[in-house]
Amino acid sequence: MSLDKVKHIVLQKVLSGKGGVGKSSITTQLALSLSLAGHSVGILDIDLTGPSIPRLFGIESAKVTQAPGGWIPVPVHSANSTPGVGSLSCMSLGFLLRERGDAVVWRGPKKTAMVRQFLTDVLWSELDYLLIDTPPGTSDEHISLAETLLKNALPGQVAGAVVVTTPQAVATADVKKELNFCVKTGINVIGVVENMSGFVCPNCSECTNVFSKGGGQVMAQEFGVKFLGSVPIDPQFVMLVETGRRPVYPVGTEINGHDIGSSEAAHTLADTKDSSLLIEKYKDCSLCKIFRDITKDVITAVEAQAV
Amino acid sequence: MAPSLEVPDNVQDVLSNPLKAAPKLVAPEPEHCPGPESETAGQADSCAGCPNQAICASAPKGPDPDIPIITARLSAIKHKVLILSGKGGVGKSTFTSLLAHAFATNDNNTVGIMDTDICGPSIPKMMGVETETIHVSGAGWSPVWVLENLAVMSVQFMLPNRDDAVIWRGPKKNGLIKQFLKDVEWGEMDFLLVDTPPGTSDEHLSVNSFLKESGVDGAVVVTTPQEVALLDVRKEIDFCRKAGIKVLGIVENMSGFVCPNCTHESQIFQATTGGGRALAKEMNVPFLGAVPLDPRICMAADYGESFFDSWPDSPACTALKSVVRRVIISCDDSGGANDNLEGSVHATKIATSGEMMIKLPVDFERGTQGCKVSSQDPLKTSPSMKDPRGTLA
Repeated sequence: MSLDKVKHIVLQKVLSGKGGVGKSSITTQLALSLSLAGHSVGILDIDLTGPSIPRLFGIESAKVTQAPGGWIPVPVHSANSTPGVGSLSCMSLGFLLRERGDAVVWRGPKKTAMVRQFLTDVLWSELDYLLIDTPPGTSDEHISLAETLLKNALPGQVAGAVVVTTPQAVATADVKKELNFCVKTGINVIGVVENMSGFVCPNCSECTNVFSKGGGQVMAQEFGVKFLGSVPIDPQFVMLVETGRRPVYPVGTEINGHDIGSSEAAHTLADTKDSSLLIEKYKDCSLCKIFRDITKDVITAVEAQAV
Repeated sequence: MAPSLEVPDNVQDVLSNPLKAAPKLVAPEPEHCPGPESETAGQADSCAGCPNQAICASAPKGPDPDIPIITARLSAIKHKVLILSGKGGVGKSTFTSLLAHAFATNDNNTVGIMDTDICGPSIPKMMGVETETIHVSGAGWSPVWVLENLAVMSVQFMLPNRDDAVIWRGPKKNGLIKQFLKDVEWGEMDFLLVDTPPGTSDEHLSVNSFLKESGVDGAVVVTTPQEVALLDVRKEIDFCRKAGIKVLGIVENMSGFVCPNCTHESQIFQATTGGGRALAKEMNVPFLGAVPLDPRICMAADYGESFFDSWPDSPACTALKSVVRRVIISCDDSGGANDNLEGSVHATKIATSGEMMIKLPVDFERGTQGCKVSSQDPLKTSPSMKDPRGTLA
């Protein structure tokens, strides 16, 4: 079975009509950070009706290759030992669609079959981490995923789930259901990440809590799980994945105590076409530093469990 | 007794018997199964060799016998509007609840909300009725009434504990949606708003097939400005086309954020590809308007209050009102003109241009009966955005 070469499987889960809390963008950033830490990473996107991973990595036009024995995932970048960067590849239904606007209108059984196929028929190379990005909800995809993993994964291979939420009560109310799903299905919860907590005005550096604040932390306490950190909204990150523009910040911008202001030269440089890899540009993003800490926590938790 | 999910299915059971909801079958449905309920069951190409073929082929064919019952039940509802979006978290439920409150400001209108998001119901929380339960009478299940003329139905009312996860596969969700339509005593209503989960799957297919007979006015598609969201919304519009649902228009939510400190407007979710407006043009559907991101909308939703009543002067409120007006007009265009509708158009017009008395949401603790509200130039009142929490709490 094709998950044999994978060391740790991490599920990226969020529940709800509260999709759009940033599961996919957190998955993306976690993958980039793990890769920057020298690990080889794979991403499996099982959001069948709304795959976002291909767009976030700017590889929408990529296609999956069929090889004897299964599908070859789409490579994002290969390993580079000099700066200590691990390889990154991903698999998504988006790569299998003919037109990017095509709707995938599937009922349960078909989704179940697809999820199963994604888990068994993708030929992952040696991976340290496989991140699985899920759609919102606790339905077909999630049940199939839990079912297949329970049946097929090696003991100790499934490290657990990172649960993403936004701070407002309407979102945490739904994410709590997802935590209960994990409890019931026996999936370990690695921790909670609070996304979109606060927005720093690019003009005056005033931080506004657009979707209030602290909901994720309170929820983590309530369920006795680890709180991994809060991630503010950074329009520069949105720009980075939408247009590939290298993130730059006004001089003197501070996020969580780090000064991340960029020089004038960087500003002009950013406007010119920049063909370097996403991972290179991501290093300049303010969120990269926040994710370095979150990633460290995730790695510690996963490795502690594996021992 | 109120219906509830008191004994939720054993999860291990759901996991090990993935297709429990179709117990008549002797084997799991194959990947390309047309569906045991479909017209071609047992006869499609993919049925060849399936152990269920004989069972499916001999099952009663033809339209679902419940559909005429649903049609009869909903015959007194004048307008049925779906709120859709391929993307999650763009504000479908928020917009649904705001739309309902806006319609309900006219006392002559009766409005219903049906929350078909089974796995992540948000409407009860936003309406401040999270702890209610459903009552059953001879006539059917009674929805929960938020205001005298605003009713809500959601799976949340049936959960024994607030945070319980509803771990259901598709067929079971479809069954509940059917019950919401068939067994709930909606009565005479002017508007039934159907809030949906993100995606294009079971819930959407069921709502569409159950409501086809009784006639849906159309769908309002909600999006946010960034391309990652538009990508999924494009799929949703494609779905509407395939399913024959009229798209009333696109609403762009969270477009632009005005810093409460310096009033500098930033685009949190950059519309790098033109946002909802460009998508509407590309897909040739009406653009209903753009609503700015306002932390107070979120706050009002968390506290279960009506944003229209709490912050009638904010720019977001003005934008929302013009969107609501366009929704009403497009509902009107899609047929079924009636007196009440005229009334509601009129009322909304007043609300945006002058002074009127509006009813606050039922708030017995504070004993508020009604309040006087005036619509001023929204820009002049923006400094009041400073401390939303202090004023709301």
